[in-house]
Amino acid sequence: MVMASVDTAGVLTSPREAPKRRTLQQQQRIWGWIFLSPWILGFVLFTAAPMIASLIFTFTDFSLSRPEMSFVGLKNWQNLFNDPLAIIALGVTIKYALIAVPIGILVPLGLAALLNSKHLFGKRIWRTIFYLPYMVPAVSSIFIWRSFLNGETGWLNRLLIQIGITDPPNWLQSEAWILQAFVLIGLWGVGNAMLTMLATMQGVPTELYEAADVDGANGFTKFLRITLPMISPVIFYNLVLSVIGVMQYFEVPYIATLGTGHPGTSAYFYNMHLYKTAFTYFDMGYGSTLAWLMFIIALALTAALFATSRRWVYYSSGD
Amino acid sequence: MAAVTYSKSVNTSPYYAVRLRRFAVTALVGLFALVLGIGYLLPFGNMALIAVKSQDQIAASGDGPIWPLEPEVYNYEGKDYPIYTVPFEDGTSRELALVKKGRQTSQFVDPANPDAGLVDWAGNWRGLAQVSTIAPHFDNFGIAWDIINFPRLFGNTVAIALIGMVGTLLSSIAVAYAFARFPIPGKNILFLVLIGTIILPRQVTLIPTYAFFAKIGWTQSWLPLIVPHFFANAYNVFLLRQFFMTLPRELDEAAMIDGASPFTVLYRVIIPQSWPAIISVGLFHFIFAWNDYFGPLLYLLGKPDLQPISVGVQIFNFQYGQRPELVQATSLMAMILPLVIFFFAQKVFMRGVVVTGVEK
Repeated sequence: MVMASVDTAGVLTSPREAPKRRTLQQQQRIWGWIFLSPWILGFVLFTAAPMIASLIFTFTDFSLSRPEMSFVGLKNWQNLFNDPLAIIALGVTIKYALIAVPIGILVPLGLAALLNSKHLFGKRIWRTIFYLPYMVPAVSSIFIWRSFLNGETGWLNRLLIQIGITDPPNWLQSEAWILQAFVLIGLWGVGNAMLTMLATMQGVPTELYEAADVDGANGFTKFLRITLPMISPVIFYNLVLSVIGVMQYFEVPYIATLGTGHPGTSAYFYNMHLYKTAFTYFDMGYGSTLAWLMFIIALALTAALFATSRRWVYYSSGD
Repeated sequence: MAAVTYSKSVNTSPYYAVRLRRFAVTALVGLFALVLGIGYLLPFGNMALIAVKSQDQIAASGDGPIWPLEPEVYNYEGKDYPIYTVPFEDGTSRELALVKKGRQTSQFVDPANPDAGLVDWAGNWRGLAQVSTIAPHFDNFGIAWDIINFPRLFGNTVAIALIGMVGTLLSSIAVAYAFARFPIPGKNILFLVLIGTIILPRQVTLIPTYAFFAKIGWTQSWLPLIVPHFFANAYNVFLLRQFFMTLPRELDEAAMIDGASPFTVLYRVIIPQSWPAIISVGLFHFIFAWNDYFGPLLYLLGKPDLQPISVGVQIFNFQYGQRPELVQATSLMAMILPLVIFFFAQKVFMRGVVVTGVEK
């Protein structure tokens, strides 16, 4: 119907094709915006506006427990440097990240390589076993691990004693071992990373390996020179996600230490400090400042990763 | 590839040596996988066996045997007596029921031969080993079920997850359709912004969002956990868009020429071809909502009637830390449904993970 009316209007003034296509195009655009609108609206309501609001909050003493709010200038930002708990919490988070991020890449990489090995039988069963714990709700898995890591009754220490380690650590009660315990718990959640790496490995063209075979390369060289570069984009993607994720690490330390961050402050993570500041003490101006500092650090780290990615991430030409 | 390795090796070593080496490699790789697999499953075993231990056994010796055990008893003249392994001077030992405890001598009865009457045994009975049998206490699940009010938690979680799933499907399908098919100016930039939200820490929007929900009176209700899902989400849009782009445009164009509106095209042409992607998005959301802890913690604290299973189980377990068997039983109950869904829909699930993770 629309087309017909365009035809009669367009015949006199211009060639038939042009106006018809333009109108159709405009119409298509309007439809496009209509279908896009849920996200645009959601982005404005739940991302852009709150981001700006929280930036503004960093210059205020906003609190839900008081009706009025006043601007305090840079006081919150200065507080960051005078808040020993924030500095401790940031330190705990960085210390954890330095162990957890490399392991969170290497373990799924190793598992994917294992599952990709032509020597492995029963691949599907192993894949299911390694992926399975990822499906377990965080709450369940933390209580399961609290029990598994229990110094006296847990299976891990019973096993360690059986194999001759006479004095195994009391994982979650020990300042020295609690972060390593969290890393162990984290190993249960590598399923997604493993699966994406495995799928990419399976997509590496076999000609590359055949060519390397002709050159007499062994399995290790092939992994290092062909597999790793070919899957580097996925490694990079997982690296970015795990760096962002580790900044926001909350559920495991919060639940495993029953909300305390004990022993001492050894499990008091940055995000727990943020949560306590904003939702226990309702100091939302300072809480927003902590959130923005997290955002700035995450952004800087992501930017740094992207900057280095040109050196080690290989993107094959084409799609 | 095998042929190449073979012809290379055959020059240096006899055929059977190659076979042997290949077998050894296979065995080693298999053994390695087995050790890792057992390592991954051990925490489940730890949980399952503690969940069926009796409260008495845990109280008596938490670090005792890993099996759920119950002391064996023998009914002698109308009363139950515990059975002990009793050593005798001739080097043999018999399993006897302790009838009369004494400091110097105790009296036992032999369950195999009760007519022989009581047997005197000199020594302290406290030094004897008690005989136990394996007795899993499945009633722990019933106890936990009642205390946490499992049906209510289950119903709340399913409701929150399903309503959110409908929301995310409706909105994500529409948005993915827009990105896949319509000539929107600045589409590539918008798509980058959408993908960029994946790496945006949630905390930076959290406080104003919470304050906003508090202001309009939505905290202490399900609305903050449901309504945002009606505005699409980057992972889901990405997955659906990737799928829509693989569908031939000719079909939509044919429908358009027949006068179908874009809504009709979406409903009649795109969606019927996209069930695999739609199902995996739906499942992802369901599992996400089922496992989500932080959202309900924030918005439903102090509202036990509305809480989903994650928060319900956590609060219960903080209170019942002294009952490890109940803690483990509830942890098991909270994970059953996600695991069942995963087992039945493993393929769809893993394909979805691969699309969002690999193609980026």
